[in-house]
Amino acid sequence: MDMFGDPAIWLPFVFASLMGLSILIYVILDGYDLGVGVLFPFATDDEKDKMIASIGPFWDANETWLVLAVGLLLVAFPAAHGTILTSLYLPVAVLMIGLIMRGVAFEFRAKAPAAYKRLWNNVFFTGSLMSALSQGFMLGMYVMGLDYTLGHFAFAVLTAVFLTVGYSFIGATWVIHKADEHLQRKAIDWAKGGIWGLMLGIGAISLATPFVSARIFGKWFEFPYLLWLAPLPILSGLIVIWLWRMLQQMPFENDRRSWLPFVAASSLWTLAFGGMAYSFYPYVVPEKLTIYDAASAPESLFIILIGTCVVLPTIIGYTFLAYYIFRGKATELRYD
Amino acid sequence: MMETLLLSRIQFAANISFHILFPTITIALGWTLLFFRLRYNATGEQRWMQAYSFWVKIFALSFAMGVVSGITMSFQFGTNWPGFMETVGNIAGPLLAYEVITAFFLEAVFLGIMLFGFSRVPRWLHTTATGLVAFGTTMSVFWIVALNSWMHTPQGFEMIDGVAHATDWWAIVFNPSMPYRFFHMMLASFLTVSFLIAGVSAYRWRIGGNTDGVRVAMKTALITAALLIPVQILVGDMHGLNTKEYQPAKIAAMEGVWDTERGAPLLLFAWPDQAARENHFEIGIPGLASYILTHHWDGEIKGLNEFVADDGTALHPRVAPVFWSFRIMVGTGILMLLISWTSIAMMMRKDRNGDGRRGVEGLPRFWQIGLVAMTFSGWIATLAGWYTTEIGRQPWLVQGVLTTKQAVADVPAPMVLSTLIAYLAVYVILLGAYITVIFYLARRAAQGKSIEFGVSPSVRAQSRIVAEE
Repeated sequence: MDMFGDPAIWLPFVFASLMGLSILIYVILDGYDLGVGVLFPFATDDEKDKMIASIGPFWDANETWLVLAVGLLLVAFPAAHGTILTSLYLPVAVLMIGLIMRGVAFEFRAKAPAAYKRLWNNVFFTGSLMSALSQGFMLGMYVMGLDYTLGHFAFAVLTAVFLTVGYSFIGATWVIHKADEHLQRKAIDWAKGGIWGLMLGIGAISLATPFVSARIFGKWFEFPYLLWLAPLPILSGLIVIWLWRMLQQMPFENDRRSWLPFVAASSLWTLAFGGMAYSFYPYVVPEKLTIYDAASAPESLFIILIGTCVVLPTIIGYTFLAYYIFRGKATELRYD
Repeated sequence: MMETLLLSRIQFAANISFHILFPTITIALGWTLLFFRLRYNATGEQRWMQAYSFWVKIFALSFAMGVVSGITMSFQFGTNWPGFMETVGNIAGPLLAYEVITAFFLEAVFLGIMLFGFSRVPRWLHTTATGLVAFGTTMSVFWIVALNSWMHTPQGFEMIDGVAHATDWWAIVFNPSMPYRFFHMMLASFLTVSFLIAGVSAYRWRIGGNTDGVRVAMKTALITAALLIPVQILVGDMHGLNTKEYQPAKIAAMEGVWDTERGAPLLLFAWPDQAARENHFEIGIPGLASYILTHHWDGEIKGLNEFVADDGTALHPRVAPVFWSFRIMVGTGILMLLISWTSIAMMMRKDRNGDGRRGVEGLPRFWQIGLVAMTFSGWIATLAGWYTTEIGRQPWLVQGVLTTKQAVADVPAPMVLSTLIAYLAVYVILLGAYITVIFYLARRAAQGKSIEFGVSPSVRAQSRIVAEE
């Protein structure tokens, strides 16, 4: 295991990358199904059924990426895990209760007596909203160095709102792909509204991050680091313009390329996430603990890595299988 | 700090107690569904498909409850018990990671295909998906029980600067109590599911829905229960012997033995008094505890007083909860034995013409009501069993390595209390909703109404056609 150099250096890096990848996949995949939940109040009862059908076969696997991400934090960086999660104690509890509410509402709304369906729809919406808001709040606190002051708190509230709007945006692009006719047109309108929230959110975090930390400021604005980062905002800007123009023209004839907004939205997430990862590296607890200080023993990381190398491609493979099987418009879904 | 410790313990206990109810159902129900599916593939008989399509709904509901309550625990390791991962993270980490990558993703992805793919994928793929979901749940048991058992009987590691480092993974995974705990839990799941299916089927029958699908599910459940309960009692006994060797303080608490004694009685009733360090109101069978644990009537059982530090602090668990949980588990198990064997005896009786067995028709009305009452008996036994073993490990979190007190987070007690109240409220409501919906689905099925609703009306119409085909 020494053939790539010191395992105490490359193993933490590999695991930080894996954890980053899981978080990114999570915010895209569970992002869209949380977003669909947040959009619930804007839909009619019949549309709600279709929206649920569009995420029904996927949400459980989507949420598993969160388990993997927190699992990797837990197993690879145990010291950071404790620091981060104890300082986010209450938002974590809100997230947990939110995820419980929405997860069970999927089942109960379809199985409980019809009179209670409205109640479970509300539970689904509330749970989705709680999950999205708490994740955004945690993101804000994390950017601010997990340090509770009034200013940081206000910033975290702001990111909570923006992430929620961002989730509903990616949720809307998912519905554009999975729905047709009236609901699809509605989703296009949702997306047109949501894209502003997304831009404001990415903008706010991008503006705030360098001013919280002199180190990140240096990474962003000093030559030659400026050049490394420059493609991210430029590309993001281009994608936003492209998305905006595309949404004006949708739906396309014969529903061609209805998947494009979702792919574009995912690319935006990826770029924003890349920027964050670049800024915070090598810290796992901002400005306090690097991934190298927080990492588990190399022999433990190595045994996980072996399993991951074998299993991760398999997971990705059968995830593609599931998306392939349930391709197409969601109205064709049968609960059987 | 003491309040934080106690509240954090109650919170984790509430969380894990609520969580384990649902895996206990999905583990064995997954395999049962695979059995129904394979029987249908082999025979083409509708009754197997009817059983499958009713129980897959319960499976989906239970699975969702299990998933969401499980996520909470992985976060609570960090929010409430950071000392656990900081001390033994090198060992617990890989075991948890393997659970996620080999079990959770497998279950989650193929669950979608199993629930919604019936008419979308070829028959072999749907059967395979069902099998993979069942296999995934079992892999999950394997890894989590390996970790839990390691916390009871740790080996294969060395401590460097207060942190555990793995030296032998085989020894860690297959630690001394692991095989017993694994089979004990698997059997507990099958028994829980057997009584759940028998109870709900009896309920459907009682309200007039005695279709072939109900009968075949009930028969499968009662035969499974009758076959497995003696095996469970045997495995439980072996597990007890293993515990006696590695965690004698737990055994002393289970048996309520304060002073080391030979020929210890099996206490049927007692009121353990922690302060006076003695039992009140003892009723016992002389020598039986020694016989069960040592297989000699005058065998020695170490008493709780052997596990006290020089300064007087107890190195053994609180006695009353361990003592009583153990009796509730064993009592429920014996009831399961009596009920399942009597049921089989009734089913084996010759029918009135004398040319066949009566089968499930041979179960009288009052007996069916009894089965309904036993619907969730598996939950009671499983929870009581886990309380016995987990409280029995106290004051240790990892036996001999880390105490519960050392691992707890220094979160203000009011904060823990507020989240505890919120979790408890959610759990109570959801448990009520879960049980209500199971019987609601049973009533709908008994009335012959479709329970396939869920998506849009057009989809509902389609799925009804599929169900009636």
